Amino acid sequence: MSSSLPGWKELPMGGVAFRPSTDIKTGEWRLGFRPVVKEEKCVGCAMCVVLCPDMAMGLGEEGKAQVNYDYCKGCGICARECPYGAIEMVPE
Amino acid sequence: MLHEGVRTCSGCGASLIAKLVLKAARKPVVVVSATGCLEVATSILPYTSWKVPWIHNAFENAAATASGVEAAYKALAKKGLIKEVPDIVVLAGDGGTYDIGFQSLSGALERGHDFLYVLYDNEAYMNTGIQRSGGTPRYAWTTTCPAGEVLKGKLEAKKPIALIVAEHRIPYVATASPSEPHDLIRKVRRGLEVEGPAFLHVICPCPRGWRFDPSLSVEVARLAVKTCFFPLWECRWEDDDMVLELTGPSKLIAEVPELKLPVEAYLAIQGRFAHLFRPKRMEPLIRQIQADVDANWKLLLRRAGMA
Ligand SMILES: Cc1ncc(C[n+]2csc(CCOP(=O)(O)OP(=O)(O)O)c2C)c(N)n1
Ligand code: SF4
Ligand code: SF4
Repeated sequence: MSSSLPGWKELPMGGVAFRPSTDIKTGEWRLGFRPVVKEEKCVGCAMCVVLCPDMAMGLGEEGKAQVNYDYCKGCGICARECPYGAIEMVPE
Repeated sequence: MLHEGVRTCSGCGASLIAKLVLKAARKPVVVVSATGCLEVATSILPYTSWKVPWIHNAFENAAATASGVEAAYKALAKKGLIKEVPDIVVLAGDGGTYDIGFQSLSGALERGHDFLYVLYDNEAYMNTGIQRSGGTPRYAWTTTCPAGEVLKGKLEAKKPIALIVAEHRIPYVATASPSEPHDLIRKVRRGLEVEGPAFLHVICPCPRGWRFDPSLSVEVARLAVKTCFFPLWECRWEDDDMVLELTGPSKLIAEVPELKLPVEAYLAIQGRFAHLFRPKRMEPLIRQIQADVDANWKLLLRRAGMA
């Protein structure tokens, strides 16, 4: 190989994504329904937190499920999987 | 370990699996992603959803990249520049694993690099619009094996990728499902702990390509397990012998066979199999799928010494 070509240490870096995707409010994608937690039924088992594909479910200060509507896409997995029936999909 | 704002479809199994895998990690991890839905949806420039060091390579070479990453960290450790080699995890789809990435995977397994390869199997090339792969099951509809008057979806059976990988005699191979998150997390940890390559095959429901309501993603995975369409097991090698054990609900089904549901329960809730039920029921095809499932299950029972 010609010695005029750059070695690997001189090569430029590949594309570097540097901004966190939190700028993207995927909550805007919801198609008419959103999950609402019935706090009196929620025991804080966190099954919904584990199974939400969008990191949009957490436990609030009271240890109850809390939805982050900025990112919740309204898939309804949490409502279907909650063992206590504590999450309801309601029209918005 | 993943930022919010991931641009997978609503109810996507891939982002759920990635989240669970990262949750399981206890040491610093470096992730390598093959091209595919998960990679695209987490890294649209300039944005990234990864809170851990992450590399995207081409479609076909995730395992080769992971090999290089491992070698590089080992070299740094040898020179005393780092104290500890991080855990290295590959996340790749079925196209990137069964098909185009298989040669680089097989090579990396043979060389014995220390990494965990997680296959999220949504059973088609989803990111480019639902084309068939070696992981697409028999009679499933995709855009390249359509269902019409003559053809009824894919004619060939699903390649037994996890057993093929197990025959490389690597330290740890397992299957997992997002419907059993504790089992999945335990297997990720086991895969990371062993010295040398580990492989985790995870069933990955895709509401878009499998044609079901997004709220059903976890339920579809659960039915895949309950029907033995996708049994859960783990395997290691001891004294040149494959030691395979069924886990979770699959172990229970092996002990109490009446618990095994007919595969129809799994097929009927997915639009990609709708042509088997409408406009008229295709009994011989449904029976063929059941026969495939039963044969694979019997083979596993034998390997697990439970037949
Ligand atoms: C060599 C090469 N061929 C084709 C493509 C186009 N391509 C990008 S993603 C993709 C499908 C990925 O399928 P899979 O690995 O199953 O992951 P999924 O998208 O289903 O998550 C294809 C064909 C590519 N990037 N590189
Ligand atoms: S509806 Fe879906 S995205 Fe929204 S919190 Fe529930 S599981 Fe998460
Ligand atoms: S096409 Fe399927 S795998 Fe891809 S982002 Fe959508 S749901 Fe996920």
